[in-house]
Amino acid sequence: MSNPENVMSADYKEALTSLLFQLADDDLMYAFRGSEWLGLAPHIEEDVASSSISQDSMGHAAMYYQLLEELGAGNADDLAHSRPSSERRNSILTERVNGEGVYMETPLYDWAYAVVRSYFYTQAKKVKVESLCKSSYTPLAEVAIKVKMELYYHRLHWETWFKQLMGSTDVARKKMTDAMTLVMTDFGDMFSFGTKKQLIESNRLIEPEEVLLQNWKMSLEPVFTGLQMTVPAVPVPKKNGRNGEHTKDLDQALRTLSEVYMVDPIAVW
Amino acid sequence: MESIQSTSEAERLARFMERIEADEKIEADDWMPDEYRLTLIKLISMHGMSEIMGALPEKEWVPKAPSLNRKLGIMAKVQDEMGHGQLLLRVTEDLLAPYGKNRGDLMQDLFNGDLKFHNVFHMETKTWADAGIIGWLVDGAAIITQTDMLRASYGPYARALKRICAEEVFHAQHGESIILALVEGTAEQKEMLQEALNRWWEALLMFFGPASKETTGSSKQDLTIKYKIRTKTNEEFRQLFFDKYIPRILSLGLTIPDPTLHFDEKANLWTYQQPDWSKFLKIIRNNGPRSQARLNLRRTSYENNAWVRDALRATVS
Repeated sequence: MSNPENVMSADYKEALTSLLFQLADDDLMYAFRGSEWLGLAPHIEEDVASSSISQDSMGHAAMYYQLLEELGAGNADDLAHSRPSSERRNSILTERVNGEGVYMETPLYDWAYAVVRSYFYTQAKKVKVESLCKSSYTPLAEVAIKVKMELYYHRLHWETWFKQLMGSTDVARKKMTDAMTLVMTDFGDMFSFGTKKQLIESNRLIEPEEVLLQNWKMSLEPVFTGLQMTVPAVPVPKKNGRNGEHTKDLDQALRTLSEVYMVDPIAVW
Repeated sequence: MESIQSTSEAERLARFMERIEADEKIEADDWMPDEYRLTLIKLISMHGMSEIMGALPEKEWVPKAPSLNRKLGIMAKVQDEMGHGQLLLRVTEDLLAPYGKNRGDLMQDLFNGDLKFHNVFHMETKTWADAGIIGWLVDGAAIITQTDMLRASYGPYARALKRICAEEVFHAQHGESIILALVEGTAEQKEMLQEALNRWWEALLMFFGPASKETTGSSKQDLTIKYKIRTKTNEEFRQLFFDKYIPRILSLGLTIPDPTLHFDEKANLWTYQQPDWSKFLKIIRNNGPRSQARLNLRRTSYENNAWVRDALRATVS
C-alpha cells in the first residue's frame, strides 16, 4: 500500500491523479446539479433529504480534491473552480442539466430524471467506493470508508423513490421510463477510466471497468426483477468525459459554479 | 340553553386565560379560544412559509458559493431553513385540523396572497455579499424576535423555536464568517460588502414591522402580547437589534447609510431615519421587488411536481 510519504513512481502518481480527478469532478457536478434543485423538490421533506445528499456529495468531492492538493496537483478550491471543461474528467451524466430552464429564473426541472440519475449514479458510486476501500493508495481507501457510510443512506433514499414512482400511476411510470432512456444515453462513460484505463487498473487503485460494471448490474437486478423489468444495457459512449470530452451543459455549470470565485481567484472568500 | 352554553364558554375562556397568566403551556389538543388559534395559525404559518420562501433568495448563491467550504456551509444553512419550514408547517397543520385544512391549502393561500411571507424575503440579491448580509444580519434579526418567543404560551411552537434558534445561531456565525472574509479582503470585496449593506439597511429596519398599526392599518402585536406568545413590541425588537449590531457593524469599518443615526442618551433609545413605509405596504401586498418572481418560482415548481405528489398518494392509498 502507498501513502504520500512513500516515494511514488511517476506512473503510479499519474494513474492516481487521473482517477482522483474523475472521482472529484463526478461528485462536484452531481452535488452542483443537486444544489440547483434546492427549494424546488416535490415536497418539503424531500427538499431537506435531497439537499442533505447534495451536501454530502459536495463533501466527498472536497475530500478527493484535498487528496489531489496533497499530491501537489494544486489548490483544492482552484481545482474545483478554475479548470476549463477540457480538463474536467466527470462523466457526461453528472454534468447534464436538470431539465428546461435556469435555476435563477423559473426552471421546469424533471423529478423523474433527478430520481433515475441519482439512483443509477449513486449505485455506480457505491460499487466504485466499495472497490476503493481496497485501493492500493491508503489515503484514498480511508476516504472511501467514510464515503461508504453516507452512501448507504443515499442509495436507500433513491431506491425508495425509484421503486415508488415506477410502481405508481401510469403518468409516473411513463415519466420514469422516459427518464431512464435519457439517463442511459449518457451512461456510457460511467465506468470508463478513459485513456488511463490500463494505468489505473494495473496499479490496483480500483478494480477493472468490466468488474465494476458487472457489480453495478448485479446490484440493480433484484430491484428490476421486482418491478418486472430488465437492467438497461450500458451503451458505448458517444463522448467520454474521462478524456475531457463534454457537452455544452458543463460549460454552463462551470460558469455558474465559478462565477464569484473568478471575480478574484486569489482573494480569500 | 343558549345562556348555559355561553356561560360555559365564558368559563372555559376564563380558565384558559388563567392558564396563560400562570405561564402554563397550551398543547395542540387543549381547548383554546378561536382568537388564540387563529392568531397562532397566522403567526406560525407565516413564519413557516417565510422559512421556505426565504430559502429562495439565499439559494440563488448556493451553486455560486466561491469555495468548497463556502459551498458546504451555505448548502447546510439553506437546508436548515427548509427544515425549519417543515417543522413549523407541521405545527400549523395540527392547529388547522379543526378547520379541515392541510398543507396543500396553505400552499394555495400563499399563491393567492392570503398567506404572506416575511417582507425581508421580497428583496433582490445581487452579489455574494448579500449571502453574508442575509446570514449575519437577517438571521441575526430573526434570532432577536424568535428568542423572545422561546417561552411562548403555545408549547409546540416554543419547542420548535428552541431547535430553530439553536440553528439560527450557527447561521449568524456562518454569515459573520462570510462578512469577515470580505472585510479583510481586497478593496473590491469591501466595496461589494458596503454596497450590500447600503441596499439591505432599509429592509433590515422594516424587518421588525412598523412601530404601530397606524402604518399598515392592522397589527397582531397586541394579541400576541396578550396571549403571551411574545413579550416585546416591534419597536423594542428594532432597538435591541440596534444595540447588538450597530457597534459590530461600525467596528468592522463599515458605514451605516443613515447620517441621522445616533444613540439618544436621554431617551435611552436609538434615533434613526424611518424607512419608507410605503415600500413596506407594497411588499406586504406582494408587490415588492421580487415578490411575484419568488411566488412564481414556488408556484411553478409546485405545479410542475404535482404528478409526483399524485404518484405518492396512489402508492400510499
